[in-house]
Amino acid sequence: MVETRIQTPSARSIQLDVPGWPGNIAGQHLDVRLTAEDGYTAVRSYSIASVGDGERIELAVDRLPTGEVSPYLVEELRAGDQLEVRGPLGTYFVWHPTDTAPVQLIAGGSGIVPLMAMIRSHETSGSTVPFHLLYSVRSPRDVFFADELRALAESPHLRVTYVYTRQAPPDWPIAPARITTAAIAADAFSREENPVAFVCGPTGFVETVADIMVGLRIFAPLTIKTERFGGK
Amino acid sequence: MAVISRGFFGRKREENPELPPGQYLTEDFPVLSAGPTPVVDLADWTFSIQTESGEVHAWNWEQLNALPQEDIHTDIHCVTRWSKLGTTWSGVSLDTLFAGVDTTNAYVMVHSYGGYTTNMPLADLMDGKAWIATSFEGEPLDPEHGGPARLLVPHLYFWKSAKWVHGLRMVATDDPGFWEQNGYHIYGDPWLEQRYW
Repeated sequence: MVETRIQTPSARSIQLDVPGWPGNIAGQHLDVRLTAEDGYTAVRSYSIASVGDGERIELAVDRLPTGEVSPYLVEELRAGDQLEVRGPLGTYFVWHPTDTAPVQLIAGGSGIVPLMAMIRSHETSGSTVPFHLLYSVRSPRDVFFADELRALAESPHLRVTYVYTRQAPPDWPIAPARITTAAIAADAFSREENPVAFVCGPTGFVETVADIMVGLRIFAPLTIKTERFGGK
Repeated sequence: MAVISRGFFGRKREENPELPPGQYLTEDFPVLSAGPTPVVDLADWTFSIQTESGEVHAWNWEQLNALPQEDIHTDIHCVTRWSKLGTTWSGVSLDTLFAGVDTTNAYVMVHSYGGYTTNMPLADLMDGKAWIATSFEGEPLDPEHGGPARLLVPHLYFWKSAKWVHGLRMVATDDPGFWEQNGYHIYGDPWLEQRYW
């Protein structure tokens, strides 16, 4: 492990040097295995925020209060520590720079991580496919990759829109509220553009958003790809 | 050779022989789906088994519910590493549904509403090992957990227990279904940790 960076009050990003890492496509995940001194192990999957061929990869992990692995990664892990990882994994929830359909991204909280890899892949590949990101967060300080997103949103090919659920910036025109049909409809492409969508976040969030998206009849159901975490 | 994670102690140590390798216990019920939850109207719902001769055995919702119902007490194991012990389901055994089906094919492709597929040997559905489940913990199965009906094959990783099940097609070869084409194991035995391939 090379470096960590605070992303939000409960999350940080982790840079890893992985000798022999074969590179990864945007949206893939990996398994992290921790081993205690008595041999006890715990494995969890994390989305990869970075993309491309290098051997340095980036994860971003939100601490789950009752979690076993995420509190260690967020609070304990130090530069120089070693981690066992396996991956990259998954070939479904992925975006390729050669894809041509307009892309609607919708993230809830730390669900931004695999979508960030897609945004980075879009940027570094020079793709001019239109990307819309609708990003639901509790408050402005809960935004992952805030500075980078601000810079990337200068691109004419990426639009970033925030939904604040608990606390909005002082001058924000909309009172804090959970994501609505109106917010999704306002950010969406038209059906004629044949968009595809990637939705990632907590289970309840993804269920709500995906149901709204099907109801809008803009997306064919099989073009909405989802990734959920947590129970209900 | 495992790398010791400095400062990692883990949460629990009791050996649980009911937990397959690499799994952890959860009390809630996480959701793993590739896309939106399909809306299936019970008035239109059917389940069918299609054989290699083209013969189709089909049941509508009333017909399925008129068949003998079994209560199933089982542990379930998701490839994403959570396990849930002692769950209770009810539904119709695949043995009941296959009673009048004549096939020599050894493999099954499972089709779901919403387009999802998964593959398995027919033997894994026979002899009291698999059901079409319509209730969970005494309640009708929630749509996000596969309602109105899902396949229940609890001795395999839970992605094989296809949500929103619509039908089975008998096939000659064990060709990969949806998740299997996307990196998950062709068979998926949790006790052998057959997660990926």
